[in-house]
Amino acid sequence: MSAEDPTAAFRIEAGELLEQVEQGLLDLEHRLDDMNLVNAVFRGLHTLKGSGAMFGFDALAAFTHHCESAFDRVRKGDVRATPELVSVILSAADHMRALVDGDAAEAQGQAILDRLAAAVDAAAGGGAPVPAPTPRKQGWTLSFRLPADAMANGTSPLALLDELRELGEATIVATFGKVPALDDLNPAHCLVGWDCTLIGDISREAIEDVFLFVMDDMEITITPLAVEEAEAEVAATPDHAPVAADAPVAANDTTPRGASASRSQGEHVRVPAERLDELMDRVGELVIAQSRLSQLAGHGHDLSLRSVSEEIERLAGEMRDTMMILRMVPVSTLFGRFRRLIHDLANETGKAIELVTEGETTEVDKTVIERLFDPLVHIIRNSCDHGLEKAEDRIAAGKSSSGVIRLSAHQAGGEVLITITDDGRGIDVERVRAKAEANGLIQPGQVVSEDELLGLIFHPGFSTAAQVTNLSGRGVGMDVVKRTIESLRGSIDVNSVSGQGSTITLRIPLTLAIIEGLLVRVGEGRYVIPLAAVEECLELSLEEDLRSRGRSIITLRERLVPFLRLRDLFATGTKPDTYQKIVVVGTGAERVGLVVDQIVGNHQTVIKAMSPLHRNVAAFAGATILGDGSVALILDIAQLIAMSQPREERRLAAG
Amino acid sequence: MTASILTVDDSASLRMAIRIALTGAGYTVTEAADGAEGLAKATATRFDLIVTDLNMPNMDGLEMIRALRQQPAQAGVPIIFLTTESDDSMKAQAKAAGATGWLVKPFQPEQLIRVAQKVLAR
Amino acid sequence: MPYHNVPHWTPENGLEVLTFGLGGETFALEAGIVREILDMMPVTMVPGADPLAASVINFRGRIVPLADLRGSFGMEAHANTADSRIIVIELDVNGDPFLIGLTADRVNEVTVLHAGDAEDVPVIGMRWPRENVRCLVRREGDVVVLPDLTALFARLTDDAVETTTIH
Repeated sequence: MSAEDPTAAFRIEAGELLEQVEQGLLDLEHRLDDMNLVNAVFRGLHTLKGSGAMFGFDALAAFTHHCESAFDRVRKGDVRATPELVSVILSAADHMRALVDGDAAEAQGQAILDRLAAAVDAAAGGGAPVPAPTPRKQGWTLSFRLPADAMANGTSPLALLDELRELGEATIVATFGKVPALDDLNPAHCLVGWDCTLIGDISREAIEDVFLFVMDDMEITITPLAVEEAEAEVAATPDHAPVAADAPVAANDTTPRGASASRSQGEHVRVPAERLDELMDRVGELVIAQSRLSQLAGHGHDLSLRSVSEEIERLAGEMRDTMMILRMVPVSTLFGRFRRLIHDLANETGKAIELVTEGETTEVDKTVIERLFDPLVHIIRNSCDHGLEKAEDRIAAGKSSSGVIRLSAHQAGGEVLITITDDGRGIDVERVRAKAEANGLIQPGQVVSEDELLGLIFHPGFSTAAQVTNLSGRGVGMDVVKRTIESLRGSIDVNSVSGQGSTITLRIPLTLAIIEGLLVRVGEGRYVIPLAAVEECLELSLEEDLRSRGRSIITLRERLVPFLRLRDLFATGTKPDTYQKIVVVGTGAERVGLVVDQIVGNHQTVIKAMSPLHRNVAAFAGATILGDGSVALILDIAQLIAMSQPREERRLAAG
Repeated sequence: MTASILTVDDSASLRMAIRIALTGAGYTVTEAADGAEGLAKATATRFDLIVTDLNMPNMDGLEMIRALRQQPAQAGVPIIFLTTESDDSMKAQAKAAGATGWLVKPFQPEQLIRVAQKVLAR
Repeated sequence: MPYHNVPHWTPENGLEVLTFGLGGETFALEAGIVREILDMMPVTMVPGADPLAASVINFRGRIVPLADLRGSFGMEAHANTADSRIIVIELDVNGDPFLIGLTADRVNEVTVLHAGDAEDVPVIGMRWPRENVRCLVRREGDVVVLPDLTALFARLTDDAVETTTIH
């Protein structure tokens, strides 16, 4: 319990509140008169202000106060929700985020507040409340009666009288004028009144403070002792909260809260991501140690050891599975962040853009989610900037005036497919060709299929600085996107129909941390092939091997499949085993046979990243530690397939 | 015997702050994350004081206070709600629901302790 | 002043280093970057990797590249002996710290080098590229080489490098 830090907890909460506020604002943009949304935004700002001040974020509280007030007026129907108002509060939310992080620029905050004031003025007329002054006398006489239900509601009259006595010299007399006949008496009600004389240099506030919680509902007169009498200052009977008006308000207020009940709070524990990663590492090490144990137990003859080992194997497996689930987060956390981007892009480009998301409940490992953000930003920017047309062009083309960006996710086996679709003009294949020729990627006039041309947009040499506009030009080209996706062991595909738009499909493994692998031996080295890519294993007899020397192709169910002799590829300098195996692996439509010396068996693999020094070695996607503590490299199937193609062509050309 | 206090708030940071302040002042503190949980805990155990937020998911503070005041066993149990200065109508509603008093956010730990001392019968 | 090639090395302050032998030369590493000295252990070759770092080891569950400086200094590779060690260092390349194991024929000592003993790398008479060395330091009749590790490894980490294919 030592590491409790309410401030840190607040920072996280503030982030979430701002996220909610932002989502609410983005929704509000489309439904300006939706009072539920207005209320939701107000509540978010309100909580942020309140908690911010609690935890010493005074600048945040002060700044948020202005936004909250503005929304309070919208809530009360005083001010209309306008696009400008929503837009200002959106940028204000950014500023609040900066205030939470402590790196806000004050001038910027003031600029936003000025804009806010203007937006509020434009949406309504002004008006402000007034404070009140207070006198200070030598003593007071009070006469008061508590609300009848005060005691039931937790107010102790004795405690109040004690507090009065603490203020000064007090003479207190009970009055029973309002106590009814016994028949009508409700013993739970407080019907006694008190008259009190208080002598001393006591401020009126101090007295009011005693009655703070009951002041509005009680009968009380507070009169200064000083003989100036006359205006006996009377503050009597509740002036607000008449019951008739109260009831419907309460009913109104509960409806939206009920609607938001789906926001399940319940039994959630917040854990810093690093701790999850640490735990994951430990689980990974446990899995490795466990596989060492099973090896030992498997070799020996100790039955009880073997049964313990099996028990641990089961537990380690379950723990790994649980761990995996812990790390899964819905892609909605990712998709949600793009609504703001679309909003900004629409502003920057002057295009009307609508974001549609699907499959938001699909869950993906959180590290994958984090690393998908930048590539997706880039793809979406590209689509908005190059893909979608201006409203007038769209109408001319017979489309609706606003362009649609569709983000969808769904799970297929061990992969998640994420597609980014726009209904814009599609990728101009001829322009791609022209640019590829200009950049020397293809020869002028070279015969290249449309698919291959589209694939060129991912080539490092394709994107040039000359092309870029403000949007897509920021930083990177599609080659970087591709590299990032591949570093996630994923793949990227592009499709485009002229005039109808383009679709980019990302295939991403569910998790980065652990894969099921097939452990193989090539020469003296051991390697892991991701099991998800393995289609089948065949034997390659010596005769077949010799026969196929000239051509590295086998016939597999009437299809020609190229194969790679990993022994050659890895230059092991060893002789082939008598019974070599071909492991047929594939991604998408492409497959390749990998010739290995021996298949050792299935292996649960905790993936470790390769060092940056080996970043340029294409054949390996990572490494893992085997039961005996040695390192095995994990083959990068996509790269090996890519490698097998030109090699095959070369061989055919040469042969 | 130390007074036992129930704090009901959907904000974990606020609950944490309240707990730290009140336990520091020698009280025993139990936490609940929303009105429903607060109602359940208060029904199971009679607390000497309940400190609750109003804006909460599942069951908000108003509903919880109303439900609590329906229970004869809760008569006389002080209920303090947390509010902000811009919330006058909320204040009125909460009091109509049966709350004893309130504390305006933001507040310092000392203010909370003072209010607790004020409403806890000596 | 040759010692200027080494950060934080001034005539007033000596430079604390770990010296080790490799291919008949004595090299020195700033003590601050040395993480651990390991006995030789099984290594895993990385086919297609640059000869400078052709293999990896398992260092406490992390995959650490094992670098052999002999090639960069024109020395012949030879078999490990009982004195062979792996020195694990932490290097910062482009702001990313990462671990590298360096093979050593033997590890000598931790000692202090004096700025006054530092000399520029002579233009002639060297059998290795000058850019791989920050400076030479005279010491007890011998010469200690301060290799420029950042320069040596930058070649492998530079983004500009074309992806190596392995055939």
